[in-house]
Amino acid sequence: MHNVMTIARRELRGYFDSPIAYIVIVTFLLVAGWMYFSALFLMDRADMRAFFSPSPFSPSMLLVILAPAITMRLIAEERKSGTIELLTTLPIRDIEVVLGKFAAALGLVCTALALTLVYAISVALMGSLDWGPVVAGYVGTLLFSATLLGAGLWISAMTKNQIIAFIVGFIICAVLYFVYWLQFFMPQALAPLVEFISVSSHLDNLARGVIDSRDVIFYLTLTAGSLILATRALSRQHA
Amino acid sequence: MVEARGLKKHFGQTRAVDGVSFTVSRGEVVGFLGPNAAGKTTTMRLLTGFLRPTDGQAFVSGIDVARERQLAQTKVGYLPENAPLYDDMMVLDFLNFVADLRGVPAPGRNNRLRQICERCGLMTRLGTDIGTLSKGYRQRVGLAQAMVHEPDLLILDEPTSGLDPNQIVEIRELIKDLGREKTVILSTHILQEVTATCSRVIIINDGRLVADDTPEALTDRDATAVIRLVVRGKNGAVLDALKLQQAFAGLRGVRAVEPIDGEGEGTLGFRLRASGPEDPRADVFSTAVAQNIVLLDLHRERVSLEDTFRRLTRGHGVPNA
Repeated sequence: MHNVMTIARRELRGYFDSPIAYIVIVTFLLVAGWMYFSALFLMDRADMRAFFSPSPFSPSMLLVILAPAITMRLIAEERKSGTIELLTTLPIRDIEVVLGKFAAALGLVCTALALTLVYAISVALMGSLDWGPVVAGYVGTLLFSATLLGAGLWISAMTKNQIIAFIVGFIICAVLYFVYWLQFFMPQALAPLVEFISVSSHLDNLARGVIDSRDVIFYLTLTAGSLILATRALSRQHA
Repeated sequence: MVEARGLKKHFGQTRAVDGVSFTVSRGEVVGFLGPNAAGKTTTMRLLTGFLRPTDGQAFVSGIDVARERQLAQTKVGYLPENAPLYDDMMVLDFLNFVADLRGVPAPGRNNRLRQICERCGLMTRLGTDIGTLSKGYRQRVGLAQAMVHEPDLLILDEPTSGLDPNQIVEIRELIKDLGREKTVILSTHILQEVTATCSRVIIINDGRLVADDTPEALTDRDATAVIRLVVRGKNGAVLDALKLQQAFAGLRGVRAVEPIDGEGEGTLGFRLRASGPEDPRADVFSTAVAQNIVLLDLHRERVSLEDTFRRLTRGHGVPNA
C-alpha cells in the first residue's frame, strides 16, 4: 500500500506540474457547468439530475474524451522512455504500479469533480436541493470514471505510443458509452445486452438517485477486470 | 553472489542469449564485453528480473530471480542502458522516490542521500530537473539511484557510454572506488575500460559466453608479444627449419615458435610468442649471427585484449596471423 501511494503521489504531481490537470479541471467546470446551468433555469427545478445523467456535454460525456487523455501516458510513456526498466526492477509488485497509476488518475478526476460541488452549493442556495440524489450522482460519476480510467490504463499498458493509447482508449470508452443510443438501430433481441454493457445506462440509474448494487457491481467488476488486464500487460515480459 | 545457469532468452527466432553460465563471487568487478547486440544487455536484464529467461536460471545471493523476483531485486542496484530517468523530476525528488520504493527507512535517509550525492558529484544539481541534465550527470544520477539502498551488488549497463573522456575517467574512478566494497558487474564495448576497472572479463558473442578470465590472462593467452621474423640462408644455403625452430625456442622469454610463410624462395618465416619482461629480439639477432643466417625481417606485434576480443568475437584468427 505504501508503494501504491508513493507511485500515485509521483504521478499526481506529474499531472499538476503539466497542463493536463488544469485542462481537465477547466474543461469540467466550464463546459459541464455552462450546459448544466443553461438547462437548470429552463427546467426551473433545483436538482442535479441533468448534470449527472448522460447527455451532451455532461461530465460523463466529457470523460469519454478526458479519461483516455488522462491515462494515455501512464504506462506508454514509461515504455517509450525506458523508465519501465527502472520501475520494474525495483522490488515492487506490478499490481502496485498499476494501482498507483490508477489512483493518481482517479485522484485527478476526483479533484475536478470536487470542484463542481460549487455548483451543487449554488443550487442549494437558490432552492431546496435534495442532497440524496446529488450524493448518488457523485458516487455514480466516480464509479463511471473509474471504469473508463481502468480501460484507458489497460490500453496504455499495451503500447509505447501515447497517440495509439489515446485513440484506442477513446474508441473503447465511446463504444461503451454510446452503444446505449445505438440500440434503436439494433435488433430488438440485443436490447437487454446493450443495456447491460452500456456504461451510460448504469449511470442513468445512479443519476436518478437510486444506488442499486447491480450498477455498483457492474462498474466495480469492469474496473477490477481492466486493472487485472493492465497488470498482466505490464508483467508480460517477466512473469 | 551471482550465478547464471544455462541462461537462455529467445525473442521469436532471435536467440539473444543462448545458454550462458557463469558465477561471480563477492567483491569481484566483472566486465561483460562483447560487440553490439551480443547479448550483454539481455543477460543483465535476466539477472535483474526485468526479463524472464526462456530457459535456465539466474541467482542473486542464492535467490532464484525468476521465482522470487522482488526479493532478488532488493539485493541489486541496477543502472539500465542509457540511464532511463524521470525527466520531469528533480534529482533529489527522484532519489527520494527510488529510496521510498526501495524501502529505505525515513530516519537517516536524508543523510544517506547526501552521502551518495557527494560521492557521485551531484551536490550542485540536487534541485535541477533531470530532463535538463547533461549526459554525464544523468549517468551519475543513474548510479546514485542504484546505490540508495546500499546493495552489495551493482549491475551497470554501459555506465560510460556517451560520455566525454573526462567524464569517462570520473565514472571509472567511481566504479573502481565502489568495487572495493561491492560486487560490480558492468557491460561495455570499450576494451580499455575493462583493463582499467575489472578484475575479470566475460566475453559474450552471439548470445554465448566465449571467454571468462582475468584481463591479464586473456591477453597472456596469446602471449604479451608476438615476434615475426623472416630469415634466409647465406649465399643460397638451404636452411634446416627444424633446427632453427629449436634454436629460437630455447631463447629466454620465448614460449612458442611456429613456422609461418617466408618471403619467397629460400626464405623461412617464424612467429615467436613471448611473455615476460625481456625483449627477445636481441637474442634472436645473436642467434641468427651464430647460425650464420641472414635476418630479413624482425618486428614485434603487440597482442592486446583487443586482438583477443577480435579473435573471439569474429570466429577467426587475429589479423596478420
